[in-house]
Amino acid sequence: MVLVYVQRYLAETDLSYKKGMHAVNDLLFARAQMAMSLGFHIIFAVIGMAMPLLMVISEVLWLKTKDPQYLELTKRWSKGTAVMFAVGAVSGTVLSFELGLLFPTFMRHAGPLVGMPFSLEGFAFFTEAIFLGIYLYGWGKISKGLHLAAGIVVALSGALSGAFVTLVNAWMNTPEGFRLVDGKFVDIDPLEAFFTPAAPHEVIHMLVSAYMATGFAVAAVHAHALLKKRNVAFHQKALSIALFMAIPFTLVQPLVGHFAAQRIAVLQPMKLAAAEGLFETTKQAPLALGGIPNYETEKLEYALEIPKALSFLAFNDFDAEVKGLKEIPKKDWPHPIVHWAFDLMVGIGTFLAGVAVWGAWLGYKKGFQFDQKYFLRTLLVSGPLGFIAIEAGWTVTEMGRQPWVIYNVLRTADAVTPMPGIIVPFVTFSIVYLFLSVAVVTLLVRQFRATSDVILETKGDHP
Amino acid sequence: MSLAELMGCVLLGALLIYAVLGGADFGGGVWDLFASGPRAAQQRKLIEKALAPVWEANHVWLILAVVLLFGCFPVAFSVITTALHVPLSLMLLGIVLRGSAFTIRQYDTTQGITHLKWGRVFAISSVITPLFLGIIVGALSAGEIRVENDIPVTGFFAPWFNLFSGMVGLFTLALFSFLAAVFLIHETDDVLLQNDFRKRALYAAIAVGVFALATGWSARGESLHEFRGRLLGSWWSILLQITTAATALGVFFSLWKRHFRMARILAAAQVCLIISGWAFAQFPYLIAPDVRLEAAAAPAQVLRITFLILGLGLFVLVPSLFWLFRIFKFTSKK
Repeated sequence: MVLVYVQRYLAETDLSYKKGMHAVNDLLFARAQMAMSLGFHIIFAVIGMAMPLLMVISEVLWLKTKDPQYLELTKRWSKGTAVMFAVGAVSGTVLSFELGLLFPTFMRHAGPLVGMPFSLEGFAFFTEAIFLGIYLYGWGKISKGLHLAAGIVVALSGALSGAFVTLVNAWMNTPEGFRLVDGKFVDIDPLEAFFTPAAPHEVIHMLVSAYMATGFAVAAVHAHALLKKRNVAFHQKALSIALFMAIPFTLVQPLVGHFAAQRIAVLQPMKLAAAEGLFETTKQAPLALGGIPNYETEKLEYALEIPKALSFLAFNDFDAEVKGLKEIPKKDWPHPIVHWAFDLMVGIGTFLAGVAVWGAWLGYKKGFQFDQKYFLRTLLVSGPLGFIAIEAGWTVTEMGRQPWVIYNVLRTADAVTPMPGIIVPFVTFSIVYLFLSVAVVTLLVRQFRATSDVILETKGDHP
Repeated sequence: MSLAELMGCVLLGALLIYAVLGGADFGGGVWDLFASGPRAAQQRKLIEKALAPVWEANHVWLILAVVLLFGCFPVAFSVITTALHVPLSLMLLGIVLRGSAFTIRQYDTTQGITHLKWGRVFAISSVITPLFLGIIVGALSAGEIRVENDIPVTGFFAPWFNLFSGMVGLFTLALFSFLAAVFLIHETDDVLLQNDFRKRALYAAIAVGVFALATGWSARGESLHEFRGRLLGSWWSILLQITTAATALGVFFSLWKRHFRMARILAAAQVCLIISGWAFAQFPYLIAPDVRLEAAAAPAQVLRITFLILGLGLFVLVPSLFWLFRIFKFTSKK
């Protein structure tokens, strides 16, 4: 009986929504939920992808030197990986559903076109999950060589799965492999859609940033312990491995970023214009640092400008013409946040590259021993920066693509779910993710504290 | 058999494996919630040990199924995610909390109150997830999702808030708990623990029977007329029902005789038969009564490439999975 009443009540609510009470804000909440879910997932995905490389390097060193500290380090890092990977896996599942839950029209059209990278990603992820299980719980059950091999498979399949998923985003930015006839997608060619013009720079930029951000975050943790003079020999080893991974990727990233900007200048000039806060199409365009893009006056205010630099950076030619936002209707301009996010990302990238140069120099001089107080303190500050840069970079990519969900093909507003009250799932998932973030950080901090005071033996201590 | 039907079979295959492996992991969480008696702590420990190395790999079958669904049947995916937004979101919350809580509890070094609380979150979300998964599956058959021009028009509650979907939800929960209990017996050498789970498996088997009948009883509405007809009146109906009944009796018998390995195999078979029966009765629809498998399929070119990827993927996947299960399941009793 109760069921019938509830059912009738719900049916009436459904009807009232259909009669036009659909809130305008639902699009905004749908976008916010997607952004929040992605912003949460990306941290865990990146760590789950890059940490295995660290633990594999450490395991190789253990097998080579037989130093038990490397074994201990491998095990501690793999515990961290396990936690991050688990949360990354479940939040990734949420995302694959959310594509449809929030933007069903997008998926109805895009599904067959991005199905290929997604299914490849599925298999890469499958491999990662299987071999991580073997790696984490296989100590003593399989030979040392096989164990290391399992770790290498985890590291490789993690990188592959990251690459495949980024291919999907590349397709959204530079869609190919179909023709649009009367609003219908015809002549669908998944192979052409698989590797689109945005793919090379997006994939490389993403993968490099993963190793860079994770390397610096791990370095910061161990720098903290070194500053407190706990288990110096142990944390020194950990720090060396973390920097060994972070430094080369960080030094390469500015070049990759430059490559990305040059591709965007051709493929998505309006994204570059929004990132630079460039309103007028300009020859000999200056590079703007900082400043506030004022969409009222259509000017970039208070920016530091380097003459002709943007033209050169974008097209290798000081006189080249760079397109400005005024090429398209004002209502289609991406949000000004793209400019700030872009500057933040580039600023952090430059800073970390400086830290990497410093680290490389110290490493070269002292045989990869990092005990300088100021350097350790700088590392402490650098810890979260890589992740902030990743979030900023995704803001540039995603907000810079707006108002399109499939660039120049389908508007986000036309793809959103008709479901009303999206604020409810948005708030619910936000609370859950916030709660989980706190829980995971607490867990890791607690684990770090519990283990960092344990006195560890090293081979060197026993002459 | 057409390409679309073949892909439908693949999808069913992924769903079956997910139900048997992933389903048992959720069932494990249910038994964590109902851990009781003098060995409650050991029961929980056994569940944790059984799940830890494999639950993530088992979970990926669901991701695979979803990816195949939106890649190969995009219309069905967009209809399902629109009409069933609410139960899907609740299921996802369950998935997130189950996985996170399990891992956090596992790596939590303290054994105090937080440990217990994470255990509770793990257990409760293990109940919620299968319940809503079942509700979603039920809603695909219930006939309450009407679609015009590829867009669902029956609102966001009516499609799933009905007796039949609810019964399928409870039935799924019973099935997963039953699987988990049968599987767990074979995970330990401790006779007392074996007895604990043997008792639970027998109760759960009875619950499965009761919910099977109740679900059948709830399917008497007009919108389920066709589904019921196919389930009970097809050429395969009798055959399927006899086999399923025989398997169920086989599970009882092997539990009785303590042939736990045999019980495992038969329980998995029983679950597969039940789900296959649903799938055959569902055919030719993906979502009754407006979305047909054939009509919802992506162009043939897309399906062909997906088969190619599946072939390559399985080539890597099957030996990897075999190795994983050989290390942790086939030999492990210690």
